[in-house]
Amino acid sequence: MSKSVITIAMPKGRIFGDACQLLRNAGFQLPDTFETTRKLIFDLESEPFRFILAKPVDVPAYVEYGAADLGIAGKDVLLESGRDVYEMVDLGISKCHMAVAGLPERQNRHPFLKIATKYPNIASDFYRKRGEQVDLIALNGSIELAPIVGLADAIVDIVSSGQTLKDNGLVEFDRLLEISSRLIVNPVSYRLKKSLIDQIVEKMIRATEGTKVGMD
Amino acid sequence: MSQPYMFEKPLGLRDTLPQAEQEISRLEMIFQRELQRWGYDFIKTPALEYAETIGRASAISDNRLFKFLDAEGHPVVLRPDMTTPIARIAASSLREEPLPLRLAYTADLYRSQRKEGGHPSEFEQTGAELIGDATPYADVEVISLMMSLLEKSGLASVRLAVGHVGFVNAFFYDIVKDKEIVKHLRNLLYNKNDVGFHEYVTSLDLPNDVAKQLNKFVDSRRMNNEETLTYLESLVSGSASPVQSYYRNIMELIHLLKLDHLEDQIDLDITLVPHLSYYTGFVFQGFGGNLGFPVASGGRYDDLLAKFNRPCPATGFGIRLDRLLSAIDIPAGKPASKKCAVIYNRENAGIAMQFAAEEREKGRAVVLQHADGIDNSETFEQQFEAVNYFLDRTGIGE
Repeated sequence: MSKSVITIAMPKGRIFGDACQLLRNAGFQLPDTFETTRKLIFDLESEPFRFILAKPVDVPAYVEYGAADLGIAGKDVLLESGRDVYEMVDLGISKCHMAVAGLPERQNRHPFLKIATKYPNIASDFYRKRGEQVDLIALNGSIELAPIVGLADAIVDIVSSGQTLKDNGLVEFDRLLEISSRLIVNPVSYRLKKSLIDQIVEKMIRATEGTKVGMD
Repeated sequence: MSQPYMFEKPLGLRDTLPQAEQEISRLEMIFQRELQRWGYDFIKTPALEYAETIGRASAISDNRLFKFLDAEGHPVVLRPDMTTPIARIAASSLREEPLPLRLAYTADLYRSQRKEGGHPSEFEQTGAELIGDATPYADVEVISLMMSLLEKSGLASVRLAVGHVGFVNAFFYDIVKDKEIVKHLRNLLYNKNDVGFHEYVTSLDLPNDVAKQLNKFVDSRRMNNEETLTYLESLVSGSASPVQSYYRNIMELIHLLKLDHLEDQIDLDITLVPHLSYYTGFVFQGFGGNLGFPVASGGRYDDLLAKFNRPCPATGFGIRLDRLLSAIDIPAGKPASKKCAVIYNRENAGIAMQFAAEEREKGRAVVLQHADGIDNSETFEQQFEAVNYFLDRTGIGE
């Protein structure tokens, strides 16, 4: 945490392009090479901002510990990690939702419902609130495989277009929550660099209102 | 879990090695001197308390308590905070003492933690409690005291955020008139979830102006102190007690902190809800240095002593020494040793002892070491600022 610089943790991968566009709309002077660079740390020349490029699920950790002052993270990742950060702006990008899905004829192959997921905390919370006890199996990707090969009865995962589910013959049973990317802020950074961070937040809110109008 | 390795300690616990311990005792000494200068008396309480009393009254949730049975089968906990034991003492052993009481402590606290770095299960805290004074002047005193301790500790760029949970509760209740909704809104503030707050307000289907007021409330965090005060004034105009009187207390507090020249270091943030706990009025957190977590926190807890059958207002704070130590810049590398060595042999034992004693009287740290007990004299002597040899065979020191 350096005093003169604001460090912003950016999610690499799927969300990265949208996030960069939003930052440009908010007035950040990002260079053209920003999206193609393989560097993990990037200092802007014109402004006192440093960007670090992290795996999306790791962004909240960088921000909670103060290694980054701000970050852009999906609501799914925030809920799953439960970290102590300010969730200040709904950026309205990378929209999708969290759903329960499975094969169309629900076959109870197992004495308990078995759920495969990348989000064990969110899934466990959902079923507990519903008063159901389930067995969770934590996987890291290609979750759709699990019900097809009989590893699980259903999955809890994010769905954007629904095409992957469809291609694999799965249907959605429940819609858990809506997801989009959020601007998160470290609570201490917020106090120590309040005026700079407030300015960024206001800019991002204005830029977001732009994307929301554009998308509706 | 599998068999522990020899070097391992139970989850979340750690050793403090000499260099860190030296730094900690330096802080402890600074804090003790300053707290005594403000007229606070130090007390100690046991590390173990009954689960039914301290365990239940403390603000720390049950799953984070270290709980087990004592020899008689009573459930006991390792104390998770010091405010609750001090409330017990104020309500029992010190019941007859004239109020207000000013008490201070340095103690190890125990909270079972998730398995991740930076969140130890055992940590040291220094704090102060001012018991029996309901006025905002008491709140100003504990805030000024906490800031003074943080400044004296060498923490860079000390900042303070101040809120008032009494105001938050009363204001929310005034406009939504539903305890469950108020609780939910306060919870969202505690979770720092502004996006969720706005979403929840939208989902409530409230009259337009009420929804607008709530949304503006959470956005007021981004105001500066002057704007916040003006904003709060606009909220309370026309409303009845207790919002009115809370507002007057906030005005008074800010006014007094200005008199104390703390104005540039405070951030009045009415949305601050640092803990879902016994706090009833002002709440505050202290920040600074190079750490992503607050180093100190405190607030007013007017209902806690009633749990020990002595209703009495109180306010106080605690500074986490483990966090403070990480937040303070300590120069890298080993600090220059202030110790000197006296190396002697059998013939010179008497004069070596006398020499060491004289040096110690002068306030120097002296290691008295027989030459035969040294494994490698080169590496041994490197640790010292100076080395004195008393090795002459004839019995006269060099």
